[in-house]
Amino acid sequence: MKSLEDLKKIREAAQNKMTMRMDDNQKYRIVVGMATCGIAAGARPVLNTIVEEVAKAKLPVTVLQTGCIGMCTLEPIVEVFDKDDNKTTYVLVDAKKAKEIVAHHLMRDEVLEEYTVGKYKK
Amino acid sequence: MERIQVLVCAGTGCTIGNSGELIEAFQAEINSLGLENEVSVLRTGCLGLCGVGPNVSIYPDNIIYKSVKVEDVKEIVMEHFYKGRPVHRLMLNEADQDTNEIHDINKTKFYEKQKRIALHNCGVIDPENIQEYIAKDGYFALGKVLSEMKPQEVVDVIKESGLRGRGGGGFPTGMKWQFALNEPGDEKYVICNADEGDPGAFMDRSILEGNPHSVIEAMAIAGYAIGAHYGYIYIRAEYPIAVERLKHAIAQAKELGLLGKNIFGSGFDFDLEIRLGAGAFVCGEETALIQSIEGERGMPKPKPPFPAHKGVWGKPTIINNVETYANIAQIILNGAEWFKSIGTDTSTGTKVFALGGKIVNTGLVEVPMGTTLREVVYEIGGGCPNRKQFKAVQTGGPSGGCLTEEQLDTPIGFDELVKLGSMMGSGGMIVLDEDNCMVDVARFYMDFIVDESCGKCSPCRIGTKRMLELLEDICEGRGTMETLDELETLAETIKDTALCGLGQSAPNPVLSTISQFRDEYIAHIVDKKCPAGVCKALLSYEIDEDKCRKCGLCARQCPANAIDGQLGKVPYHIDQDKCIKCGNCLKACHFGVIERK
Repeated sequence: MKSLEDLKKIREAAQNKMTMRMDDNQKYRIVVGMATCGIAAGARPVLNTIVEEVAKAKLPVTVLQTGCIGMCTLEPIVEVFDKDDNKTTYVLVDAKKAKEIVAHHLMRDEVLEEYTVGKYKK
Repeated sequence: MERIQVLVCAGTGCTIGNSGELIEAFQAEINSLGLENEVSVLRTGCLGLCGVGPNVSIYPDNIIYKSVKVEDVKEIVMEHFYKGRPVHRLMLNEADQDTNEIHDINKTKFYEKQKRIALHNCGVIDPENIQEYIAKDGYFALGKVLSEMKPQEVVDVIKESGLRGRGGGGFPTGMKWQFALNEPGDEKYVICNADEGDPGAFMDRSILEGNPHSVIEAMAIAGYAIGAHYGYIYIRAEYPIAVERLKHAIAQAKELGLLGKNIFGSGFDFDLEIRLGAGAFVCGEETALIQSIEGERGMPKPKPPFPAHKGVWGKPTIINNVETYANIAQIILNGAEWFKSIGTDTSTGTKVFALGGKIVNTGLVEVPMGTTLREVVYEIGGGCPNRKQFKAVQTGGPSGGCLTEEQLDTPIGFDELVKLGSMMGSGGMIVLDEDNCMVDVARFYMDFIVDESCGKCSPCRIGTKRMLELLEDICEGRGTMETLDELETLAETIKDTALCGLGQSAPNPVLSTISQFRDEYIAHIVDKKCPAGVCKALLSYEIDEDKCRKCGLCARQCPANAIDGQLGKVPYHIDQDKCIKCGNCLKACHFGVIERK
């Protein structure tokens, strides 16, 4: 160890591997429905895309999975909770939409109205 | 891409509970579902609830699964990791009774009142991976000290923080460091006392197993502060996992240059060595510990000279306890003011306790000083199991005493506990309920002391042996009121005349139980009865022959053939001369006609 700078480099590299164990206040919590209905409708690639995008951009976001949310026909469903537990529900999400949700909602706080459950029409 | 981290506790308690196999089972199951890139399995240190181990912590959900068996692994992996449905039946998190909503783990009764400073990384990081310690700002306190502070400034911060020695005595750590800093010469030593010996105490072991680097970093800081370049960690060989983790941690720190020559390019050199003890209680006494490090028999020496003046190899030495060191880096990083804001005026910071005995949540807890014993025993510990009546809590091990129900509202602090005739000690906290006989408890601790006395001074070598004999007399019904007086006189004499702390404090459990539970002693002496039903010589089992159903179950269970009678014809009767008072008949009787008196 030559200097404090070297230690900082090690810390940064190590922190990237354990972000989910840091106590930092997370700005958003994003939850993917991963019950049988969700998985059948393609929730796995959605979850994986979100995990990757969040990690790539080092966002202060917790990515979680959950069971059946209830509207099985609208799976894959992704819910975004802010700090005050206000919920935005996105439906019929695919990998492409997931990328957009990360880019807009999680990074720039813009809700993508057209993908939300409120805008869904049969 | 990784999305879940599984942390399996690999402390001593959970390792005994087979957590090693759990790790393999998780890995195999995860591989079989093809989740190996998404879920990683790590080992970690103590999560606290050792009583329900093995514990497994899941991130980012922050869920703890308790008592996980290899058979449960398949369900957890399939349901939780694959389908996102946490397995409720294994969760430690309590549910809200009204809404049935699962609490955040930090809001559960067990964790809510705790504050983890000494244990802050235990159960969160992998203790065998130095990178994870560094990610949690590890070694930054050492970096700060070496690049920005003078030795005197370091000592001042520790003094200012009010940190007191966590090994039991409660001597101000900053003052100890100041004495050693004031000594001339450049050959000084830093020692970590990891010879934890109180029955029922495992705080230091858990810190070393869960966060070994915190101790190594603090020792290097102490070395810089007093001008020492070499340290010893004195640990008992009975802690194999802790020793292994420490060795590993020291090797990793050396590899990264955090120990060795010219650390951080500051010109400061520091190196460490582990010294194994054979597990003698007296070696926790600092002068005996120094003797043991030097290769002599572990026997205490009169003080002064104090170690800060003439310690190991006759050079100035500081000796601190594991938990004391575990606080140092946090104080340097967050400042003395932050540390002082926690706890009480005379006892700052937090204290780790090992909860044991008759308590629901057996395990490791860390609370701010000033928390009451009632909060620790009832709220965090969950009270006595099986609806038994709480009787006392024993703190301070063989040097401490018992505190009763009325004293439970005492805030925890060094001076507060001494005032009540007990002491903080290293942190063992043993809860006793109505089934514990206080005379027997005193006899147990005295037996321990007689075993552990090194024999150098006669008050301890002969006196404690005589005290044990007197206690045995009382337990076996030979005691008189004179025995009690003799016991008290002997106790006071040993207190005044023994050479070291072990002997001086050895009579404490006896004196404390006599003062708090005198009526139990009297019951043993005058009535020849043991109210708790523990002292066998004072017990008798009797069958109510009028109510006996003549089933013969008791006679069949009796190992001494002491029960006579005839099946269906003659009521059964216990021959008191043959009875060995094992209590089997009492358990065997379906009709409750056998009585213990």
